[in-house]
Amino acid sequence: MSNKKLFISGDEAVAIGTKLSRPNVISAYPITPQTVTVERLSEMVESGELKAEYMHVESEHSAMSAAMGVSAVGARAFTATSSQGLLYMAEGLHYASGGRYPIVMMNANRSLALPWSIYGDQRDSLSLLDSGWIQVYVEDAQEALDMIIQAYKIAENKDVLTPFMINLDGFVLTHTYELVEIPEQEKVDEFLPPFQTPNKMSFEEPKNLAFSTTPADNLEYKYQQNRAMFNSINVINDVDKEFGDKFERYYGGMVQEYRCDDAEVVMLTLGSITGTVRMIVDKLRDEGKKVGLLKIRYMRPFPEKEIIKLAKNVKAIGVVEKDISFGYEGTVFTNVNSALSKIDNAPLSLNFLCGMGGRDVSKSDIYNMFISLFNAVKGEKQKRVQFINMGVETDE
Amino acid sequence: MIEVRWHGRGGQGGFTVSRLLGMSAALFENKYAMAFPSFGPERRGAPVLAFTRIDNNKITDRSEVKECDYVVVMDETLINEKIIDGLKNDGTILINTKNPQKYSDILKSCKVVSIDATSIALDILKRPITNTAMFGALVAVSNVVSLDSALKSIETEMKPSLVQKNIELVKKSYEIIRGGCNE
Repeated sequence: MSNKKLFISGDEAVAIGTKLSRPNVISAYPITPQTVTVERLSEMVESGELKAEYMHVESEHSAMSAAMGVSAVGARAFTATSSQGLLYMAEGLHYASGGRYPIVMMNANRSLALPWSIYGDQRDSLSLLDSGWIQVYVEDAQEALDMIIQAYKIAENKDVLTPFMINLDGFVLTHTYELVEIPEQEKVDEFLPPFQTPNKMSFEEPKNLAFSTTPADNLEYKYQQNRAMFNSINVINDVDKEFGDKFERYYGGMVQEYRCDDAEVVMLTLGSITGTVRMIVDKLRDEGKKVGLLKIRYMRPFPEKEIIKLAKNVKAIGVVEKDISFGYEGTVFTNVNSALSKIDNAPLSLNFLCGMGGRDVSKSDIYNMFISLFNAVKGEKQKRVQFINMGVETDE
Repeated sequence: MIEVRWHGRGGQGGFTVSRLLGMSAALFENKYAMAFPSFGPERRGAPVLAFTRIDNNKITDRSEVKECDYVVVMDETLINEKIIDGLKNDGTILINTKNPQKYSDILKSCKVVSIDATSIALDILKRPITNTAMFGALVAVSNVVSLDSALKSIETEMKPSLVQKNIELVKKSYEIIRGGCNE
């Protein structure tokens, strides 16, 4: 029997992935472009299709606070947000990671005010890289659905116990309809058993949760949080394999390589732009150019080992991102260069900043990024940080 | 890859029909499809766009549709000289009008197919909602999906109370175009 397939949006795929993961409580506040996800979940709870409690909270700050309470009593929590909503719960994000609550959250990547904009870019989640959450970025609706299921398995692992944020590009993924295969509930149940936590708030085994520390203890907690994040790397790779063995879809774990084997020039991507870059890699390969693509799936933990392995064999690396850290460069680029600094004879690297505030990134834009990388390899001077598709030449 | 651009006004079902076409190809013809609206806030009555991409292979292109094979205009008040921007040289524009000759000047550079979708919709639905009538016309002109798959998408996606009338609409406009009387 072939598996069930639906023609649905990224938002709907997230809702179905969440339902299949059997959360006990959903606490969320609607915000464009996440809205459809929480609408579908509330409908599923209302109809009884999903046996969970739906908490209509009054803000994102409360959504995250409620999710922590849920997780603390050993129940499975889900929330979803975007942009300003994510920032409004920023205080809670650090609380959740410090408290080691394995909450799973969908974030619909959207730009930040001002200027006010509901369109997509990745500045919201990238500005919270240091909040102690695992961050994955997906390429299509299928990966979004699959990663919700994987997220609980990874976050709830006793060596990890770290909250998990699944990022999907606003509109380009959240509002685009495509073919998605729906895993069977029975197989998801086998893959993802009910949540068990050693840190449960209970009368039988009283513990101190969400406490304060003095300087005498605080560093040890932060050290353990960091260790847990590093522990998650092996768990991420194992869970990817286990998921693939069961559902026949492998994503590569920390990163996914595309035509990198003999590549001289490689583009590093994050999120939905990966698909368009794949097309240009194919086109350039047809023209005989040795190019490849490395899809960065996880920004935290960071795939340093994988980037170093690839970088040893290439001449140039491009980092394309829908982000900028004002006064410096793209945050992904900074992270990639930190990895490159650890090898001798590192390849040259260029940063392509694009897609901010929802601006289109066309196939020819991407083609030209590769050309710039080839020109750099030939020794022609290229701007290290390039604003793509701005319509004018800049002179910085 | 076949790319279709739908023009309508908010509330006329442009995004719905872009999904129906995508669903017809993806669920009933073993193809791949992508359907999406012009992103952003939607307002009733304002001009809106929607897009459908169909291919035999998995579609990974996430950039905007720049060049399309078909432009479908559900509301003739949206027709102006810019409406064919991005239509391929061998592409076709489908327009909803009683008077195609009214637009022969501004659309002279491309292949035009017209149908009086508003009258068909008023006759069957009793409302001027033209998305499914234009869907039937597109299927007849393009063969991008079969009529059977198109009807299955309506059965799958639409509310039960709307299914029969919309099936009738799709069949009717399909037959009108196939009959060739308006081309």
